Amino acid sequence: MDVLGNYKSVISARSTDRDILKKAQDGGIITTLFAYALEEGIIDGAVVAGPSDEPWRPKPMVVSTKAELLAAAGTRYTISPNISLIKEATRSYGLDRVGIVGTPCQIQAIRKAQLYPIGMRDVDDKIALALGIFCMENLSYQALEAIVEDHCNQKMESVKKMDIGKGKFTVYTERGAVSQMPLKLIHKYVQPGCNVCLDYVANLADISSGSVGSPDGWSTVFVRSMKGNAVWDGAIEAGLFETKPMDQVKPGLDMVKKLSTDKITKNQKNVDARKTAGLRADGTPKGLRNPYESP
Amino acid sequence: MAEKITIGELHLSGCTGCLVTLADNYEGLFKLLDDYADLVYALTLVDVRHVPEMDVCLVEGSCCLDDKLSVEELKEARAKSKVLVAYGGCAAYGNITRFCRGGQWNQPGHASYVPISEVVDVDLFLPSCPPCPQAIRNVAVMAYLLLKGDDEQKKLATAYLTPLMQLAQRGNEACGCDLMYDVINQGLCIGCGTCAGTCPVRAITMEYGRPNINRDLCIKCGACYAQCPRSWFNFDVMNNYESIMNVIKGAME
Repeated sequence: MDVLGNYKSVISARSTDRDILKKAQDGGIITTLFAYALEEGIIDGAVVAGPSDEPWRPKPMVVSTKAELLAAAGTRYTISPNISLIKEATRSYGLDRVGIVGTPCQIQAIRKAQLYPIGMRDVDDKIALALGIFCMENLSYQALEAIVEDHCNQKMESVKKMDIGKGKFTVYTERGAVSQMPLKLIHKYVQPGCNVCLDYVANLADISSGSVGSPDGWSTVFVRSMKGNAVWDGAIEAGLFETKPMDQVKPGLDMVKKLSTDKITKNQKNVDARKTAGLRADGTPKGLRNPYESP
Repeated sequence: MAEKITIGELHLSGCTGCLVTLADNYEGLFKLLDDYADLVYALTLVDVRHVPEMDVCLVEGSCCLDDKLSVEELKEARAKSKVLVAYGGCAAYGNITRFCRGGQWNQPGHASYVPISEVVDVDLFLPSCPPCPQAIRNVAVMAYLLLKGDDEQKKLATAYLTPLMQLAQRGNEACGCDLMYDVINQGLCIGCGTCAGTCPVRAITMEYGRPNINRDLCIKCGACYAQCPRSWFNFDVMNNYESIMNVIKGAME
């Protein structure tokens, strides 16, 4: 598979909904698509990263209204274990058509749960829309706290928006202060599991989206599956997105391809290096497990 | 339609939940029996007293070493089947027959209930308590394609079944702790929450992006580790998830 995965089309897009754009990280793609899918009955509810009682700590949540979607809009740069709710959504909430948003690894988890539903009873045919977000790496909540409070010197509860772009991690506060730190310094905080990840643009999602490749306030959108294609066409027809062809925006698809290639090349090296990690008494390497080979 | 394969279910020391799970495919079960598989041996569902020859034998329950008949039947089933599946947590890992609820002292009798792979060679594991109807349906369709399909279908079925066969080689002890030892300590956990969503007894919660396992609730069924995207993730199958799901859906229509 290509570094960008299989896709039917790639577009630069922005939501036409002002309420959503005010809350959204970039082009408001995920929020708008879920709002549309809810409205059209394509999904009965969606598993999203909702707010919790700690600032910027997301909590997986099943939502079924636009107001709830808006409360969950925007990126929080830490782990939200959304997959923990998919069986709950179909069984406790009784949803027949579930939408779910996730990072590339979470979308992989969904596809595994559909193809090998070992403990995921009655889930496989109820995933109606799996939306993926581009992801370079993720942070534990404690790591995010260290970055915002120690490196950027801002209190978590005073932060209005966090953003990653142009090699910087940027924090905007409610009172208008802007703090930045170089992205390079973040790498030591990244959770180790991300270092073996071979997917940047959520290759297995129905539709995946992220800011990279598009101008500020816009998002790059990959439409990947038949299901995703139908939903995207419907949303476009309903006038929910402004779009521009990818070859007419800066920095364009080459940027996405470059970052994806960088990530996969770096992490493939990590995967290979695991084979020879550690040392036994007889001088042979112990090696670490390669999940892409066997359990 | 090519000829059907034969499937049997050998019931050892289990609660019949696995057998009920097979039936929980509802009309899907009829479709399987109409077009792909003859059920040649199963408690209550088939009136056959003695273990017959079969292509696929699903073994439910652990094997009680104190029960001579269980041991004999298991060995006979192994000898008479092409593919032997440890169907469910008890057959694969002992599950509740070995540990009752996690954290409780096991009773003297528990030493007798062993995972079936202590007695015979097992080809394939299908963990969880109970396994999911969709999982056994998928395995049944893939077994059919493997034994009766054309070359391309055989290739697909082999790729699909390989990780479940590797799981059978991995060992016959399971616990929520597998996530600690073989995922987190291996630097592989990504905090996706799959394990917490999978656990049939809700023994796993996510705390700050990592699974927290309640040892006293864990029943050692092996579902969490097998479902984890970082226990194994076979790109050759997953990258074609859309077409494979269509194959299975098409087979069941």
